[in-house]
Amino acid sequence: MAGASSQSGMKAALSLIGKRFASSLLTLLLVSVTIFVIAQLLPGDAAQEALGQSATAEQVAALRHEMGLDRPAYVRYASWLTGMVSGDPGQSMVANMPVAGVIAERLPNSLLLAALTALVAVPVALTIGIGSAMNRGGRIDRALNIATLSMVAVPEFLVATIAVLIFSVKLRWLPSIALASEEMGWGDYLRGVAMPILTLSVVVIAQMARMTRAAVIDQMDRPYVEMAVLKGVAPVQVVLKHIMPNAIAPIVNAMALSLSYLLGGAVIVETIFNYPGLASLMVNAVTSRDMPLLQACAMIFCAAYLLLMLIADVTAILANPRLRAQ
Amino acid sequence: MIASAFKRAKTLPLSGKVGLTLVLFWLAVALFGPMLAPYPVGAFVAYDVFEGQSAAHWLGSDYLGRDVLSRLLSGARYTVGLAAAAAMLASATGTALALTAAVGGAKVEEPLSRFMDMLISIPSKIFSLVLVAAFGSSLPLLLLIAAITYVPGNYRIARALAVNLAQMDYVQVARARGEGRFHIAITEILPNMIHPLLADFGLRFVFIVLLLSGLSFLGLGVQPPDADLGSLVRENISGLGEGALAILAPAVAIATLTVGVNLLIDALPGRGKGR
Repeated sequence: MAGASSQSGMKAALSLIGKRFASSLLTLLLVSVTIFVIAQLLPGDAAQEALGQSATAEQVAALRHEMGLDRPAYVRYASWLTGMVSGDPGQSMVANMPVAGVIAERLPNSLLLAALTALVAVPVALTIGIGSAMNRGGRIDRALNIATLSMVAVPEFLVATIAVLIFSVKLRWLPSIALASEEMGWGDYLRGVAMPILTLSVVVIAQMARMTRAAVIDQMDRPYVEMAVLKGVAPVQVVLKHIMPNAIAPIVNAMALSLSYLLGGAVIVETIFNYPGLASLMVNAVTSRDMPLLQACAMIFCAAYLLLMLIADVTAILANPRLRAQ
Repeated sequence: MIASAFKRAKTLPLSGKVGLTLVLFWLAVALFGPMLAPYPVGAFVAYDVFEGQSAAHWLGSDYLGRDVLSRLLSGARYTVGLAAAAAMLASATGTALALTAAVGGAKVEEPLSRFMDMLISIPSKIFSLVLVAAFGSSLPLLLLIAAITYVPGNYRIARALAVNLAQMDYVQVARARGEGRFHIAITEILPNMIHPLLADFGLRFVFIVLLLSGLSFLGLGVQPPDADLGSLVRENISGLGEGALAILAPAVAIATLTVGVNLLIDALPGRGKGR
């Protein structure tokens, strides 16, 4: 009996997850249309831009033809999209290299930075979140509330500036530019990225800690916790043994949502510290109006964001006791 | 009215009072700051670049020997003014669309909500970077870009509020009376969602200040000779190595503004749950 119901629950969860996955793909497709349309709204066109004011009409027409700009918009969209999917999003106009090559150089750096930031931010955020939930309404909780509330609103470049002032100007511990290269050993690399990680962590930790606190407090108000407290279980045990197993899914959900702040934060942080990642590449693409490169970078960021949202939703679905298989 | 506002402010917790003070301070600076500036904004007045704090230059001098305090006072006007205008535009557009969705029936609501859901799944900084690349970054365009970026977030919250209110008995009664949809949206639904919408407006304002100063910091926002607080951080970045006041002061200014708004919203009773 129980087996049958858990099996059908599993099926329902799987079909929900399948639907959620399909809707993410559809959203990504619509996002690609939006980005393509906006990028095509560029006043003047890329051929004119590339040749400058002095080009003759014939030259511009020839280049337009060569770049395929004389085809109708939907044909260009279709060929761009198939290119994106098959790993060839076109030619970077400024670098005169395939976009795929430029991105392949930068993407691993950004992923590594994000992974290291998550590694630092998650334990700290969990400690702060759970700690302030246990102290709900107390002094520590209120102090942490004000602290995280303020940290959420501090611009990344202030954190970065203060970090540089302290660690490279005053203490001279860390370099103020984060260069990542093949020859560098892990020690040098970590010294280089310490401040970018610190800067990115601040906002992520604040966000994640607030959401973790909310998730734990949501559980604290349930009757089973009251029961555990009444039978005399120590507070730490209540949190670890009783609350955590139930709060873990909302917390994972909160983590996925907060990590999406990394995507925006990276744009500023990589630029300040000259970190050779995808976000600083995208800023360069904006400055030089390198549209193929910009479109590809934007799509990667959007896909990463949608993936995090998908993870958040899937954990929420799996956590639903009516759907979770026992 | 001033007396009742004052009474209300007195009931705020300490963090809320601090927030309110910071917000009022920056509003005053945005309004009157440029009049109080000791020197003209673009004038080279100091003997040296990156001077420290002195009686003649309260916040030192910048990378060209201009007075940092004067530039800060004028930069604050750009930051506060642009962000407030963009947040108002975003909130007004988002709320108007949400009301349309709430009274327009499924045919209007479905496509509108799907479209907004799609826009909201583009990270805001990435979205604005694409918009800047396509349109450029003059002041009116920046205002528009910031507003467009944050319409979907406001729409989502306003729609949830409006759809709930549209189910209420008094709205049904108005409908039965034969009131027009526009009339219902404006006189029955809108007044009852003002409070959470004001909190949301504050949040949008914070996001937009951070977005615009971030863009300016990247050199993609407010262009010289105009300068907002983010531009001031950018142009003095070479002073970072000496720990110049010229770079710290505008960065701290932005943080006190955004933190102030955040503290104030958090302290308001029955605040809306934003992001």
